Amino acid sequence: MSRSIDIKLRVNGENVSATVPARLNLVDFLREELCLTGSHVGCEHGVCGACTLTVDGDTVRGCLMLAAQANGKEITTIEGLADSGQSTALQAAFTKRNALQCGFCTPGMLASALGYVNAGGAADRDAIRQHISGNYCRCTGYQSIVDAICDVIEETRT
Amino acid sequence: MKAPDFDYLRPSSLDAALAMLAEHDGEAMPLAGGQSLMPMMNFRVAAPEALIDLADLTELRGITVDAGTVRIGAMTRYAELMSDATVQAHIPLIGMALPHIAHDAVRNRGTIGGSLALADPAAEMPALMLALDASIEVTGPDATRMIKADDFFLGMFETALDGELITAIHVPVATPAQRFGFHELTQRHGDYALAGVAIAQTDDSYRAAFFGVADRATRVPELEAALKRQDDMKVVLTYLDQIDFTDDLKANHTTRQRLAGVALTRTLKGMTA
Repeated sequence: MSRSIDIKLRVNGENVSATVPARLNLVDFLREELCLTGSHVGCEHGVCGACTLTVDGDTVRGCLMLAAQANGKEITTIEGLADSGQSTALQAAFTKRNALQCGFCTPGMLASALGYVNAGGAADRDAIRQHISGNYCRCTGYQSIVDAICDVIEETRT
Repeated sequence: MKAPDFDYLRPSSLDAALAMLAEHDGEAMPLAGGQSLMPMMNFRVAAPEALIDLADLTELRGITVDAGTVRIGAMTRYAELMSDATVQAHIPLIGMALPHIAHDAVRNRGTIGGSLALADPAAEMPALMLALDASIEVTGPDATRMIKADDFFLGMFETALDGELITAIHVPVATPAQRFGFHELTQRHGDYALAGVAIAQTDDSYRAAFFGVADRATRVPELEAALKRQDDMKVVLTYLDQIDFTDDLKANHTTRQRLAGVALTRTLKGMTA
């Protein structure tokens, strides 16, 4: 029956096989089946950015992709980004700059910010604001998040 | 919310996908990037019996140039359009608009064909196709046909597709006689526009396509004629009356008409090759 789908994928470097309902979102699969609860579920329609993760190296919305579509893909969640050290500098800068309060947006914000930094983005406040405009933060007012991202770019390129 | 249950089908060829579409007789929807369809399913505005995932259809990929036309495979993602040298060189208007279409994470999945097939009235891509005088290549069980963008969008989420899939988009290569402009007004960068316009100018002729303003992306022939006559901008703006502006929670029709005028005025000031 095509309402349950067999998938094989890699998540944070580990092979995973599962049978999933067709309607299951990728982020729900990661959270509920694999207990990777770092990716958060906010709006479930692609607006808030809390579920941002990477698929084959590109940032995507975990709520706008089916687990079935992830067959054969390489998924990296915030757990993978943190364990591999990829997000270490950003995490330290977020802490130093108070770029989080409740922390709900932070995993998605870090994934988006990492996409910007890795793509060679400039330490330009307007460009950074534009890039993270797809990630809602209701605590910080964004200034400190932009500060943190600027810090990482300036530190790594000087 | 979560999407209602559905069958997930993943054909490996265009023929197989068309056969599945026919078999479900209007109850199945093709899944391209899913960046608009998935939210609609999560909101339960759309509840197809089956999703036909087009991800493995190599026939729908690739960007080529031939005889003054760029052919863009329907499953080309926005991020691919942004980084493609052919698109950058030959279709500058698409390059101007792409940074305004949603956000990085959405552009990594969303496709040109998916946006056109859905025909969201606030989406940028249908308006770009109208301004560029593009043609949509669609394939059904029996034949492939070309539909002019002007004849493709029939209403809110309504197109001329009839049991067919979009296979490619054909866009004329920009000429030295052309200038282009794009502007949209949004609540937040990357959101759907409250009003926006895409313009292609060839010598003294204009194709100006508005989006986010009515039930579909819209050109206003009288307004384009006024631009050609180089009428005063105050006169040009009166032709916006021809549009049946949308009223919704974000903006009423008076506001939308005003914003469309602002978008048009700003775009005309910044036309570039």
